[in-house]
Amino acid sequence: MKTTSEVFTLPARVLHWLMAAMILAMLFIGVGMVASVSERHAWLLGIHKPLGIAILVLALLRLAMRLRHPPPPLPVDLPAMQRLAAHASHGLLYALMIAMPLVGWAMLSAGGYPVMLGEALQLPAIVPANATAFAILRHLHSWLAMALLLTFLAHLAAALYHSLVRRDGVLPSMLGTRKRPWQNGS
Amino acid sequence: MPDPHASRATPARRWGSWALVFAIPAACALAFAHVGGWLSPQRLTPRRIIDQFEHNAGVHAGYRRNHAKGVCIAGYFQSSGKAAPYSVAQVFAPEQRTPVTGRFAIPGSNPYAPDGSVPIRSMALRFTQENGQQWRTGMNSMPVFAVATPQAFFEQLQAGQPDPATGKPDPAKLAAFFAAHPETAAFRAWAKTAKPSASFATDGYWGLDAFVFTGPDGAKHAVRWRVTPQVADDTSAPANNPDYLATDLRRRLAHGPLRWQLQVTLAQPGDPTNDATKTWPADRPSIDAGTLVIDSEQPQDSGPCRDINYDPTVLPDGIAISDDPLLPARSAAYADSYLRRTSEEAHLPGSARVSAKTQPEAMR
Repeated sequence: MKTTSEVFTLPARVLHWLMAAMILAMLFIGVGMVASVSERHAWLLGIHKPLGIAILVLALLRLAMRLRHPPPPLPVDLPAMQRLAAHASHGLLYALMIAMPLVGWAMLSAGGYPVMLGEALQLPAIVPANATAFAILRHLHSWLAMALLLTFLAHLAAALYHSLVRRDGVLPSMLGTRKRPWQNGS
Repeated sequence: MPDPHASRATPARRWGSWALVFAIPAACALAFAHVGGWLSPQRLTPRRIIDQFEHNAGVHAGYRRNHAKGVCIAGYFQSSGKAAPYSVAQVFAPEQRTPVTGRFAIPGSNPYAPDGSVPIRSMALRFTQENGQQWRTGMNSMPVFAVATPQAFFEQLQAGQPDPATGKPDPAKLAAFFAAHPETAAFRAWAKTAKPSASFATDGYWGLDAFVFTGPDGAKHAVRWRVTPQVADDTSAPANNPDYLATDLRRRLAHGPLRWQLQVTLAQPGDPTNDATKTWPADRPSIDAGTLVIDSEQPQDSGPCRDINYDPTVLPDGIAISDDPLLPARSAAYADSYLRRTSEEAHLPGSARVSAKTQPEAMR
Protein backbone atom coordinates (compact mmCIF):
# COMPACT_ATOMS: atom_id res chain seq x y z
CA MET A 1 0.00 0.00 0.00
CA LYS A 2 1.10 3.55 -0.75
CA THR A 3 1.70 5.65 2.30
CA THR A 4 2.55 9.14 1.03
CA SER A 5 -0.79 9.92 -0.61
CA GLU A 6 -2.92 8.27 2.07
CA VAL A 7 -3.17 11.30 4.28
CA PHE A 8 -4.02 14.93 3.62
CA THR A 9 -1.11 17.35 3.84
CA LEU A 10 -0.58 18.86 7.28
CA PRO A 11 -1.85 22.36 6.25
CA ALA A 12 -4.95 20.75 4.72
CA ARG A 13 -5.62 18.82 7.93
CA VAL A 14 -5.09 21.88 10.14
CA LEU A 15 -7.40 23.95 7.94
CA HIS A 16 -10.03 21.21 7.88
CA TRP A 17 -10.32 20.87 11.65
CA LEU A 18 -9.99 24.59 12.30
CA MET A 19 -12.71 25.37 9.77
CA ALA A 20 -14.87 22.52 11.03
CA ALA A 21 -14.91 24.20 14.44
CA MET A 22 -15.44 27.67 12.94
CA ILE A 23 -18.27 26.63 10.63
CA LEU A 24 -20.07 24.58 13.26
CA ALA A 25 -19.76 27.49 15.71
CA MET A 26 -20.96 29.86 13.00
CA LEU A 27 -24.11 27.81 12.33
CA PHE A 28 -25.00 27.81 16.02
CA ILE A 29 -24.14 31.51 16.43
CA GLY A 30 -26.29 32.40 13.43
CA VAL A 31 -29.36 30.45 14.46
CA GLY A 32 -28.95 31.52 18.07
CA MET A 33 -28.63 35.24 17.43
CA VAL A 34 -31.70 35.56 15.21
CA ALA A 35 -33.78 33.75 17.84
CA SER A 36 -32.55 35.86 20.74
CA VAL A 37 -33.60 39.23 22.16
CA SER A 38 -31.10 39.15 25.02
CA GLU A 39 -27.61 40.64 25.19
CA ARG A 40 -26.54 37.42 23.47
CA HIS A 41 -27.98 38.89 20.27
CA ALA A 42 -25.52 41.79 20.19
CA TRP A 43 -22.66 39.65 21.44
CA LEU A 44 -23.19 36.90 18.84
CA LEU A 45 -23.74 39.40 16.02
CA GLY A 46 -20.37 40.93 16.91
CA ILE A 47 -18.70 37.53 16.43
CA HIS A 48 -20.76 36.46 13.43
CA LYS A 49 -19.50 39.04 10.93
CA PRO A 50 -15.71 38.86 11.45
CA LEU A 51 -15.91 35.06 11.83
CA GLY A 52 -17.79 34.85 8.54
CA ILE A 53 -15.14 36.85 6.72
CA ALA A 54 -12.41 34.72 8.32
CA ILE A 55 -14.17 31.60 7.02
CA LEU A 56 -14.38 33.13 3.53
CA VAL A 57 -10.64 33.90 3.49
CA LEU A 58 -9.69 30.45 4.81
CA ALA A 59 -12.10 28.69 2.42
CA LEU A 60 -10.50 30.40 -0.57
CA LEU A 61 -7.04 29.54 0.74
CA ARG A 62 -8.14 25.96 1.28
CA LEU A 63 -9.60 25.70 -2.21
CA ALA A 64 -6.31 26.94 -3.69
CA MET A 65 -4.38 24.39 -1.62
CA ARG A 66 -6.72 21.60 -2.67
CA LEU A 67 -6.20 22.42 -6.34
CA ARG A 68 -2.45 22.36 -5.76
CA HIS A 69 -2.38 19.21 -3.63
CA PRO A 70 -5.24 16.92 -4.64
CA PRO A 71 -6.67 14.97 -1.69
CA PRO A 72 -5.86 11.30 -1.17
CA PRO A 73 -8.06 9.00 -3.26
CA LEU A 74 -11.18 7.44 -1.79
CA PRO A 75 -10.92 3.73 -0.91
CA VAL A 76 -10.79 1.71 -4.14
CA ASP A 77 -13.57 -0.61 -3.00
CA LEU A 78 -16.03 2.22 -2.32
CA PRO A 79 -19.30 1.68 -4.24
CA ALA A 80 -19.94 4.09 -7.09
CA MET A 81 -22.95 5.70 -5.41
CA GLN A 82 -20.97 6.43 -2.25
CA ARG A 83 -18.12 7.75 -4.35
CA LEU A 84 -20.54 10.09 -6.12
CA ALA A 85 -22.08 11.18 -2.79
CA ALA A 86 -18.62 11.89 -1.38
CA HIS A 87 -17.58 14.06 -4.33
CA ALA A 88 -20.92 15.85 -4.50
CA SER A 89 -21.02 16.62 -0.76
CA HIS A 90 -17.44 17.88 -0.77
CA GLY A 91 -18.24 20.14 -3.71
CA LEU A 92 -21.36 21.36 -1.91
CA LEU A 93 -19.42 22.06 1.29
CA TYR A 94 -16.87 24.17 -0.59
CA ALA A 95 -19.61 26.01 -2.50
CA LEU A 96 -21.55 26.74 0.69
CA MET A 97 -18.62 27.82 2.81
CA ILE A 98 -17.67 30.34 0.14
CA ALA A 99 -21.26 31.38 -0.73
CA MET A 100 -22.51 31.88 2.84
CA PRO A 101 -20.15 34.74 3.80
CA LEU A 102 -20.58 36.34 0.38
CA VAL A 103 -24.39 36.20 0.63
CA GLY A 104 -24.20 37.61 4.18
CA TRP A 105 -21.93 40.43 3.04
CA ALA A 106 -24.14 41.18 0.02
CA MET A 107 -27.25 41.04 2.21
CA LEU A 108 -25.92 43.68 4.62
CA SER A 109 -24.83 45.78 1.65
CA ALA A 110 -28.28 45.55 0.03
CA GLY A 111 -29.91 46.43 3.37
CA GLY A 112 -27.90 49.65 3.47
CA TYR A 113 -26.07 48.57 6.61
CA PRO A 114 -22.44 49.49 7.12
CA VAL A 115 -20.51 46.19 7.07
CA MET A 116 -18.61 46.51 10.33
CA LEU A 117 -16.20 43.77 11.41
CA GLY A 118 -15.43 45.48 14.69
CA GLU A 119 -15.85 48.92 16.18
CA ALA A 120 -13.86 50.64 13.45
CA LEU A 121 -13.08 48.09 10.72
CA GLN A 122 -15.49 48.49 7.82
CA LEU A 123 -15.78 46.54 4.58
CA PRO A 124 -17.14 48.17 1.41
CA ALA A 125 -20.60 47.35 0.10
CA ILE A 126 -20.50 44.68 -2.61
CA VAL A 127 -23.99 45.35 -3.98
CA PRO A 128 -25.98 48.61 -4.07
CA ALA A 129 -28.63 49.25 -1.42
CA ASN A 130 -31.91 47.70 -2.58
CA ALA A 131 -34.74 46.45 -0.38
CA THR A 132 -35.87 43.70 -2.75
CA ALA A 133 -32.33 42.39 -3.09
CA PHE A 134 -31.99 42.54 0.70
CA ALA A 135 -35.12 40.45 1.26
CA ILE A 136 -34.05 37.82 -1.26
CA LEU A 137 -30.48 37.62 0.03
CA ARG A 138 -31.62 37.53 3.66
CA HIS A 139 -33.90 34.55 2.97
CA LEU A 140 -31.18 32.94 0.87
CA HIS A 141 -28.76 33.30 3.80
CA SER A 142 -31.14 31.28 6.00
CA TRP A 143 -31.84 28.62 3.38
CA LEU A 144 -28.16 28.17 2.57
CA ALA A 145 -27.45 27.91 6.30
CA MET A 146 -29.93 25.04 6.54
CA ALA A 147 -28.34 23.44 3.46
CA LEU A 148 -24.91 23.83 5.03
CA LEU A 149 -26.14 22.30 8.30
CA LEU A 150 -27.63 19.31 6.46
CA THR A 151 -24.51 18.85 4.34
CA PHE A 152 -22.38 19.06 7.46
CA LEU A 153 -24.55 16.44 9.21
CA ALA A 154 -24.24 14.14 6.19
CA HIS A 155 -20.48 14.70 6.16
CA LEU A 156 -20.30 13.89 9.89
CA ALA A 157 -22.42 10.76 9.41
CA ALA A 158 -20.22 9.68 6.51
CA ALA A 159 -17.06 10.19 8.57
CA LEU A 160 -18.55 8.06 11.35
CA TYR A 161 -19.64 5.43 8.83
CA HIS A 162 -16.14 5.22 7.35
CA SER A 163 -14.57 5.11 10.77
CA LEU A 164 -16.95 2.83 12.66
CA VAL A 165 -18.63 0.66 10.06
CA ARG A 166 -16.25 0.41 7.13
CA ARG A 167 -13.14 1.05 9.22
CA ASP A 168 -11.26 2.25 6.18
CA GLY A 169 -8.57 4.88 5.87
CA VAL A 170 -10.83 7.89 5.25
CA LEU A 171 -10.90 9.35 8.77
CA PRO A 172 -7.21 8.53 9.46
CA SER A 173 -6.35 10.38 6.24
CA MET A 174 -7.76 13.53 7.81
CA LEU A 175 -6.52 12.80 11.32
CA GLY A 176 -3.04 12.22 9.94
CA THR A 177 -2.79 8.83 11.62
CA ARG A 178 -1.65 6.31 9.08
CA LYS A 179 -3.89 3.29 9.16
CA ARG A 180 -2.19 0.20 10.50
CA PRO A 181 -4.20 -2.93 9.79
CA TRP A 182 -3.34 -4.70 13.07
CA GLN A 183 -4.87 -1.81 15.04
CA ASN A 184 -8.28 -2.45 13.60
CA GLY A 185 -10.90 -3.31 16.14
CA SER A 186 -8.60 -2.90 19.11
CA MET B 1 -6.14 -11.09 19.35
CA PRO B 2 -8.04 -8.09 17.91
CA ASP B 3 -10.17 -8.67 14.91
CA PRO B 4 -8.41 -7.29 11.83
CA HIS B 5 -11.51 -7.00 9.66
CA ALA B 6 -14.62 -4.98 10.23
CA SER B 7 -16.74 -7.50 8.41
CA ARG B 8 -16.01 -10.02 11.13
CA ALA B 9 -17.15 -7.77 13.97
CA THR B 10 -19.90 -9.17 16.15
CA PRO B 11 -23.47 -8.24 15.10
CA ALA B 12 -24.00 -6.35 18.37
CA ARG B 13 -20.95 -4.27 17.71
CA ARG B 14 -22.03 -3.55 14.14
CA TRP B 15 -25.43 -2.39 15.36
CA GLY B 16 -23.69 -0.16 17.88
CA SER B 17 -21.58 1.38 15.16
CA TRP B 18 -24.55 2.06 12.95
CA ALA B 19 -26.40 3.57 15.89
CA LEU B 20 -23.55 6.01 16.45
CA VAL B 21 -23.46 6.95 12.76
CA PHE B 22 -27.01 8.23 13.13
CA ALA B 23 -27.13 9.24 16.79
CA ILE B 24 -24.22 11.70 16.74
CA PRO B 25 -25.51 13.77 13.80
CA ALA B 26 -29.03 13.58 15.28
CA ALA B 27 -27.74 14.96 18.57
CA CYS B 28 -26.11 17.79 16.62
CA ALA B 29 -29.37 18.55 14.82
CA LEU B 30 -31.21 18.53 18.14
CA ALA B 31 -28.74 20.96 19.69
CA PHE B 32 -29.17 23.22 16.67
CA ALA B 33 -32.96 23.12 17.03
CA HIS B 34 -32.59 23.93 20.73
CA VAL B 35 -30.38 26.98 20.07
CA GLY B 36 -32.76 28.10 17.32
CA GLY B 37 -35.65 28.06 19.79
CA TRP B 38 -37.74 25.45 17.95
CA LEU B 39 -37.89 23.24 21.03
CA SER B 40 -39.00 26.03 23.36
CA PRO B 41 -41.96 27.92 21.91
CA GLN B 42 -42.30 29.89 25.17
CA ARG B 43 -38.92 31.56 24.71
CA LEU B 44 -39.16 35.25 23.85
CA THR B 45 -37.86 35.67 20.33
CA PRO B 46 -37.86 38.62 17.90
CA ARG B 47 -40.47 36.74 15.87
CA ARG B 48 -42.87 36.50 18.82
CA ILE B 49 -42.57 40.22 19.53
CA ILE B 50 -43.36 41.15 15.93
CA ASP B 51 -46.13 38.52 15.77
CA GLN B 52 -47.69 40.19 18.82
CA PHE B 53 -47.67 43.57 17.05
CA GLU B 54 -49.53 41.86 14.20
CA HIS B 55 -52.01 40.26 16.61
CA ASN B 56 -52.72 43.66 18.11
CA ALA B 57 -53.16 45.72 14.96
CA GLY B 58 -53.33 43.36 12.01
CA VAL B 59 -50.83 43.02 9.19
CA HIS B 60 -50.21 46.17 7.19
CA ALA B 61 -48.03 44.79 4.43
CA GLY B 62 -45.01 46.84 3.47
CA TYR B 63 -45.10 48.93 6.65
CA ARG B 64 -42.95 48.89 9.76
CA ARG B 65 -44.61 46.76 12.45
CA ASN B 66 -44.34 49.63 14.89
CA HIS B 67 -44.22 53.39 14.26
CA ALA B 68 -45.92 52.49 10.98
CA LYS B 69 -47.16 55.97 10.17
CA GLY B 70 -44.42 58.41 9.37
CA VAL B 71 -42.67 60.71 6.98
CA CYS B 72 -39.09 60.86 5.64
CA ILE B 73 -36.90 63.83 6.49
CA ALA B 74 -33.39 64.86 5.49
CA GLY B 75 -30.80 67.40 6.48
CA TYR B 76 -27.51 67.46 8.32
CA PHE B 77 -25.88 67.61 11.70
CA GLN B 78 -23.49 70.48 12.40
CA SER B 79 -21.12 69.50 15.19
CA SER B 80 -20.14 72.04 17.82
CA GLY B 81 -17.04 70.03 18.65
CA LYS B 82 -18.06 70.01 22.33
CA ALA B 83 -18.72 66.24 22.37
CA ALA B 84 -15.39 65.44 20.70
CA PRO B 85 -13.48 65.12 24.01
CA TYR B 86 -15.92 62.37 25.02
CA SER B 87 -16.34 60.43 21.77
CA VAL B 88 -14.01 59.81 18.85
CA ALA B 89 -17.00 59.41 16.51
CA GLN B 90 -16.33 61.52 13.43
CA VAL B 91 -19.82 63.03 13.67
CA PHE B 92 -18.69 64.98 16.77
CA ALA B 93 -15.43 66.38 15.33
CA PRO B 94 -15.21 70.19 15.42
CA GLU B 95 -16.68 71.87 12.33
CA GLN B 96 -17.89 68.49 11.05
CA ARG B 97 -21.08 68.47 9.00
CA THR B 98 -22.70 65.04 8.64
CA PRO B 99 -25.62 64.28 6.32
CA VAL B 100 -28.72 62.88 8.02
CA THR B 101 -31.58 60.79 6.62
CA GLY B 102 -34.40 60.51 9.09
CA ARG B 103 -38.00 59.82 9.79
CA PHE B 104 -40.75 61.28 11.94
CA ALA B 105 -43.46 58.88 13.05
CA ILE B 106 -46.12 58.09 15.61
CA PRO B 107 -46.08 54.82 17.56
CA GLY B 108 -48.43 51.98 16.71
CA SER B 109 -48.75 49.46 13.91
CA ASN B 110 -51.59 51.16 12.09
CA PRO B 111 -50.35 53.33 9.20
CA TYR B 112 -53.75 55.10 9.09
CA ALA B 113 -53.99 56.01 12.77
CA PRO B 114 -55.05 59.63 13.30
CA ASP B 115 -52.16 61.79 14.49
CA GLY B 116 -54.10 62.79 17.59
CA SER B 117 -54.62 59.19 18.73
CA VAL B 118 -51.33 59.02 20.65
CA PRO B 119 -49.41 61.66 22.58
CA ILE B 120 -46.03 60.28 21.50
CA ARG B 121 -44.06 61.28 18.42
CA SER B 122 -40.77 59.77 17.31
CA MET B 123 -37.71 60.86 15.41
CA ALA B 124 -35.34 58.36 13.82
CA LEU B 125 -32.00 59.48 12.38
CA ARG B 126 -29.24 57.95 10.34
CA PHE B 127 -26.01 59.94 10.35
CA THR B 128 -23.66 58.86 7.57
CA GLN B 129 -20.15 59.83 8.52
CA GLU B 130 -17.52 60.86 5.99
CA ASN B 131 -15.60 57.65 6.80
CA GLY B 132 -18.65 55.53 5.88
CA GLN B 133 -19.55 54.54 9.42
CA GLN B 134 -23.12 55.17 10.50
CA TRP B 135 -24.95 56.21 13.61
CA ARG B 136 -28.60 55.22 13.74
CA THR B 137 -30.91 56.26 16.53
CA GLY B 138 -34.63 56.06 17.23
CA MET B 139 -35.92 58.62 19.74
CA ASN B 140 -39.29 59.33 21.32
CA SER B 141 -40.95 62.48 22.62
CA MET B 142 -40.94 61.33 26.24
CA PRO B 143 -38.19 61.29 28.87
CA VAL B 144 -38.63 57.69 30.02
CA PHE B 145 -39.66 54.39 28.48
CA ALA B 146 -42.57 52.44 30.00
CA VAL B 147 -40.62 49.26 30.71
CA ALA B 148 -37.03 48.20 31.29
CA THR B 149 -36.85 44.75 29.75
CA PRO B 150 -37.91 42.99 26.52
CA GLN B 151 -40.01 40.55 28.56
CA ALA B 152 -41.99 43.36 30.18
CA PHE B 153 -42.37 45.05 26.80
CA PHE B 154 -43.80 41.84 25.37
CA GLU B 155 -46.20 41.46 28.31
CA GLN B 156 -47.34 45.04 27.77
CA LEU B 157 -48.06 44.24 24.12
CA GLN B 158 -49.98 41.12 25.15
CA ALA B 159 -52.00 43.10 27.70
CA GLY B 160 -52.87 45.59 24.96
CA GLN B 161 -54.14 42.99 22.51
CA PRO B 162 -57.71 43.94 21.51
CA ASP B 163 -60.47 41.81 22.94
CA PRO B 164 -62.26 40.16 19.96
CA ALA B 165 -65.62 41.03 21.57
CA THR B 166 -65.06 44.76 21.86
CA GLY B 167 -62.23 45.39 19.43
CA LYS B 168 -60.48 47.24 22.23
CA PRO B 169 -57.84 46.24 24.79
CA ASP B 170 -59.29 44.76 27.94
CA PRO B 171 -58.92 47.46 30.66
CA ALA B 172 -58.64 44.78 33.33
CA LYS B 173 -55.67 43.18 31.58
CA LEU B 174 -53.95 46.54 31.16
CA ALA B 175 -54.59 47.38 34.81
CA ALA B 176 -53.18 44.01 35.84
CA PHE B 177 -50.10 44.62 33.72
CA PHE B 178 -49.43 48.04 35.23
CA ALA B 179 -50.06 46.72 38.74
CA ALA B 180 -47.49 44.00 38.14
CA HIS B 181 -45.01 46.50 36.69
CA PRO B 182 -44.43 49.40 39.07
CA GLU B 183 -41.45 50.49 36.92
CA THR B 184 -44.03 51.93 34.49
CA ALA B 185 -45.00 54.62 37.05
CA ALA B 186 -42.75 57.37 35.67
CA PHE B 187 -44.01 56.80 32.14
CA ARG B 188 -47.64 56.75 33.26
CA ALA B 189 -47.15 59.98 35.18
CA TRP B 190 -45.80 61.55 32.00
CA ALA B 191 -48.60 60.10 29.86
CA LYS B 192 -51.28 61.44 32.22
CA THR B 193 -50.49 65.03 31.31
CA ALA B 194 -49.08 64.54 27.81
CA LYS B 195 -51.09 66.03 24.96
CA PRO B 196 -50.60 65.07 21.32
CA SER B 197 -48.54 67.90 19.90
CA ALA B 198 -49.67 69.76 16.79
CA SER B 199 -46.23 69.58 15.21
CA PHE B 200 -43.19 67.35 14.97
CA ALA B 201 -41.12 70.55 15.02
CA THR B 202 -42.01 71.61 18.54
CA ASP B 203 -41.23 68.32 20.26
CA GLY B 204 -38.04 67.17 21.89
CA TYR B 205 -36.96 63.58 21.37
CA TRP B 206 -35.17 61.39 23.89
CA GLY B 207 -32.86 58.49 22.99
CA LEU B 208 -34.08 56.78 26.21
CA ASP B 209 -31.48 53.99 26.23
CA ALA B 210 -28.01 54.58 27.61
CA PHE B 211 -24.93 54.27 25.41
CA VAL B 212 -21.20 54.36 25.97
CA PHE B 213 -18.92 56.97 24.40
CA THR B 214 -15.21 56.33 24.00
CA GLY B 215 -13.05 59.45 24.03
CA PRO B 216 -9.72 60.11 22.30
CA ASP B 217 -7.99 59.22 25.59
CA GLY B 218 -9.75 55.84 25.60
CA ALA B 219 -11.95 56.83 28.54
CA LYS B 220 -15.51 55.46 28.52
CA HIS B 221 -18.50 57.62 29.36
CA ALA B 222 -22.04 56.39 29.92
CA VAL B 223 -24.37 58.80 28.13
CA ARG B 224 -27.92 59.44 27.04
CA TRP B 225 -28.87 61.85 24.31
CA ARG B 226 -31.85 63.88 23.24
CA VAL B 227 -32.65 66.60 20.77
CA THR B 228 -34.35 69.77 21.97
CA PRO B 229 -36.48 71.88 19.62
CA GLN B 230 -35.76 75.49 18.79
CA VAL B 231 -39.43 76.17 18.13
CA ALA B 232 -41.96 76.52 20.94
CA ASP B 233 -45.30 74.74 20.77
CA ASP B 234 -47.59 77.58 19.72
CA THR B 235 -50.32 75.91 17.70
CA SER B 236 -53.16 73.55 18.35
CA ALA B 237 -53.95 70.56 16.18
CA PRO B 238 -56.71 71.00 13.63
CA ALA B 239 -59.67 68.79 14.37
CA ASN B 240 -60.57 67.92 10.80
CA ASN B 241 -57.26 66.53 9.51
CA PRO B 242 -56.08 63.15 10.83
CA ASP B 243 -52.73 63.66 9.10
CA TYR B 244 -52.02 67.12 10.45
CA LEU B 245 -48.43 66.33 11.44
CA ALA B 246 -47.26 65.78 7.86
CA THR B 247 -49.24 68.81 6.67
CA ASP B 248 -47.68 70.96 9.38
CA LEU B 249 -44.19 69.67 8.61
CA ARG B 250 -44.56 70.48 4.92
CA ARG B 251 -45.84 73.93 5.69
CA ARG B 252 -42.99 74.71 8.10
CA LEU B 253 -40.27 73.37 5.82
CA ALA B 254 -41.61 75.50 2.96
CA HIS B 255 -40.55 78.48 5.08
CA GLY B 256 -37.13 77.16 5.98
CA PRO B 257 -35.21 74.47 7.86
CA LEU B 258 -36.09 73.22 11.34
CA ARG B 259 -33.46 72.90 14.04
CA TRP B 260 -32.82 70.90 17.20
CA GLN B 261 -29.87 70.93 19.57
CA LEU B 262 -28.31 67.55 20.27
CA GLN B 263 -27.79 67.31 24.02
CA VAL B 264 -25.58 64.57 25.42
CA THR B 265 -25.98 63.88 29.13
CA LEU B 266 -23.03 62.37 30.99
CA ALA B 267 -23.81 59.83 33.70
CA GLN B 268 -22.20 59.83 37.12
CA PRO B 269 -21.03 56.55 38.57
CA GLY B 270 -24.07 54.70 39.86
CA ASP B 271 -26.56 56.19 37.41
CA PRO B 272 -28.55 53.30 35.90
CA THR B 273 -27.55 52.47 32.32
CA ASN B 274 -29.68 49.34 32.14
CA ASP B 275 -33.05 50.85 32.98
CA ALA B 276 -34.79 53.14 30.49
CA THR B 277 -37.67 53.71 32.92
CA LYS B 278 -35.44 55.85 35.15
CA THR B 279 -34.22 59.34 34.36
CA TRP B 280 -30.84 60.47 35.61
CA PRO B 281 -30.70 63.28 38.18
CA ALA B 282 -31.29 66.68 36.61
CA ASP B 283 -27.90 68.05 37.69
CA ARG B 284 -25.96 65.76 35.38
CA PRO B 285 -23.75 67.70 32.96
CA SER B 286 -25.20 68.09 29.49
CA ILE B 287 -23.12 68.81 26.41
CA ASP B 288 -24.50 70.73 23.46
CA ALA B 289 -23.00 68.47 20.78
CA GLY B 290 -24.30 70.45 17.82
CA THR B 291 -27.30 71.35 15.73
CA LEU B 292 -29.55 69.03 13.80
CA VAL B 293 -30.91 70.82 10.74
CA ILE B 294 -33.84 69.28 8.88
CA ASP B 295 -34.50 70.97 5.55
CA SER B 296 -36.64 68.58 3.52
CA GLU B 297 -39.35 65.96 3.81
CA GLN B 298 -40.67 63.23 1.53
CA PRO B 299 -43.48 60.69 1.79
CA GLN B 300 -42.25 57.47 3.38
CA ASP B 301 -43.49 55.22 0.58
CA SER B 302 -41.04 56.77 -1.89
CA GLY B 303 -38.57 58.65 0.30
CA PRO B 304 -35.08 57.49 1.27
CA CYS B 305 -36.11 56.51 4.82
CA ARG B 306 -38.36 53.73 3.52
CA ASP B 307 -35.65 51.12 3.22
CA ILE B 308 -33.73 52.11 6.34
CA ASN B 309 -33.99 50.01 9.47
CA TYR B 310 -33.34 52.48 12.30
CA ASP B 311 -31.59 49.87 14.42
CA PRO B 312 -30.18 51.74 17.41
CA THR B 313 -27.24 49.35 17.66
CA VAL B 314 -25.80 50.49 14.31
CA LEU B 315 -23.10 52.77 15.75
CA PRO B 316 -19.83 54.35 14.65
CA ASP B 317 -16.49 53.89 16.36
CA GLY B 318 -16.69 56.04 19.52
CA ILE B 319 -20.28 55.09 20.41
CA ALA B 320 -21.24 51.65 21.72
CA ILE B 321 -24.28 50.06 23.29
CA SER B 322 -24.55 49.94 27.08
CA ASP B 323 -25.87 47.09 29.20
CA ASP B 324 -29.44 48.32 28.55
CA PRO B 325 -31.37 45.09 27.78
CA LEU B 326 -33.78 46.93 25.49
CA LEU B 327 -31.07 47.65 22.91
CA PRO B 328 -30.33 44.13 21.65
CA ALA B 329 -34.06 43.39 21.73
CA ARG B 330 -34.81 46.46 19.62
CA SER B 331 -32.09 45.42 17.17
CA ALA B 332 -33.41 41.87 16.89
CA ALA B 333 -37.09 42.86 16.64
CA TYR B 334 -36.44 45.67 14.14
CA ALA B 335 -34.52 43.20 11.98
CA ASP B 336 -37.50 40.86 11.95
CA SER B 337 -39.90 43.69 11.08
CA TYR B 338 -37.50 44.89 8.37
CA LEU B 339 -37.32 41.44 6.79
CA ARG B 340 -41.11 41.12 6.79
CA ARG B 341 -41.75 44.46 5.15
CA THR B 342 -38.94 44.19 2.60
CA SER B 343 -40.18 40.68 1.71
CA GLU B 344 -43.63 42.20 1.21
CA GLU B 345 -42.20 44.98 -0.95
CA ALA B 346 -40.39 42.32 -2.97
CA HIS B 347 -43.61 40.25 -3.26
CA LEU B 348 -41.77 37.17 -2.08
CA PRO B 349 -43.81 34.00 -1.68
CA GLY B 350 -44.99 33.55 1.89
CA SER B 351 -44.96 37.25 2.69
CA ALA B 352 -48.14 39.21 3.29
CA ARG B 353 -49.66 40.71 0.15
CA VAL B 354 -49.40 44.44 -0.30
CA SER B 355 -53.06 45.12 -0.97
CA ALA B 356 -54.29 47.82 -3.36
CA LYS B 357 -55.83 49.55 -0.38
CA THR B 358 -52.49 50.17 1.23
CA GLN B 359 -50.87 51.58 -1.89
CA PRO B 360 -52.28 55.06 -2.51
CA GLU B 361 -51.42 57.94 -0.22
CA ALA B 362 -50.91 55.35 2.44
CA MET B 363 -48.09 57.11 4.16
CA ARG B 364 -49.13 60.70 4.44
